[in-house]
Amino acid sequence: MCGLAHFFEDEGIATVLIALVREHAEAIRSPRALWVPFELGRPLGAPNEPAFQRQVLGAALDLLDSKAGPVVLEDFPDDAPGPKAEETTSWVCPVSFGAPDDEDVSRAVLMSRELETLAPWYQVSLDERGRTRVGVSPLNIGDAAQFVASFLDGEPSESPVEGQKLGLALKDACADVLAYYAEAATAQPGQKSGSDVDRWFWSDTVAGQVLRDVRLLGLDSADDTVKFVAAKLILPKTQGG
Amino acid sequence: MARMEELVESEQAHLRNLPLPTYEKTPWVQGPPASQRRVAIVTTAGLNLRGEQPFRMGAGADYRVIPVSSDTADILMNHVSVNFDRTGFQDDVNIVLPLDRLREMADDGDIESVAAFHYSFMGATDPAMLEPKARELAGMLKEDNVNAVILTPV
Repeated sequence: MCGLAHFFEDEGIATVLIALVREHAEAIRSPRALWVPFELGRPLGAPNEPAFQRQVLGAALDLLDSKAGPVVLEDFPDDAPGPKAEETTSWVCPVSFGAPDDEDVSRAVLMSRELETLAPWYQVSLDERGRTRVGVSPLNIGDAAQFVASFLDGEPSESPVEGQKLGLALKDACADVLAYYAEAATAQPGQKSGSDVDRWFWSDTVAGQVLRDVRLLGLDSADDTVKFVAAKLILPKTQGG
Repeated sequence: MARMEELVESEQAHLRNLPLPTYEKTPWVQGPPASQRRVAIVTTAGLNLRGEQPFRMGAGADYRVIPVSSDTADILMNHVSVNFDRTGFQDDVNIVLPLDRLREMADDGDIESVAAFHYSFMGATDPAMLEPKARELAGMLKEDNVNAVILTPV
């Protein structure tokens, strides 16, 4: 990110970087940077907080008037509104999956049942938010989930997406499954932190357990893309990845 | 949360050990105050419009164009990293692409105007690989009369 500031400025366009990692901004010495003490993934601080977002953007744009450069690095003084990422709030998922009533059912089937249970909530999310993050994979969500779960029975011999390597198809399918669950689970308005949702997905759902196990299997894959995706692009570091 | 000491140890180690580019000098472009700026956003959040080719690690450091008129329902995030929050983006695109805030600022005269086009790279990319495309993009920004860029990471 900081490198882009050098290139644009060198081409004659003034830049202001909103920096999430102060140590990186210090090291790379971009022309103007505003360090913000916000969660990774949230450079404007908090969603649906237009006044706060505008404060952040205003503070960044103010640096365009600075005569102190090159290399101006200022700190935004305020924390973002709402719960901090690491906080546990009173949020609970509105969906209860319940225990399976038949012992021999496969996890692929259990995951399908979870998706069915979540479907009405996903629709609520879609209606309320007017958008979805699901759609990175060209597979529909049911097929994406089944593709991920199929790794538990042995690595598929080919990618279900024409022209896409198996590992990348796996990565996109995992991303869509996670997005579907997160959007459905948070369809109801209310305070929640990112880590609430992460903990719920990775600890309380069959899908989270399936992704964890697919990752472990993928680490031993003979397919380099599967191996790389398993090592780096499925499980967050906060969950032991 | 982006205070280093508040991250889990493995993430701290990753960020501390990340190879960073160094530059002999820092370029510096002076210009008018913000109220006379046409502003574009360039993010490394890995955004693309629905239906476009997703970003791929190691597949080149290209960028995606996001017209200011884009429907937010069509904006996806396909950054390869799983180590940052996506629930904020799920609730509000402005968390990484604050086009609504820029429009408000233009309406209030805080900036002159909002660029017609905004851009996304995918951040988990070697900065040296970004350079050719970034310089190409600078030409497009100039054609749009942009004279200030806000850079947003994730």
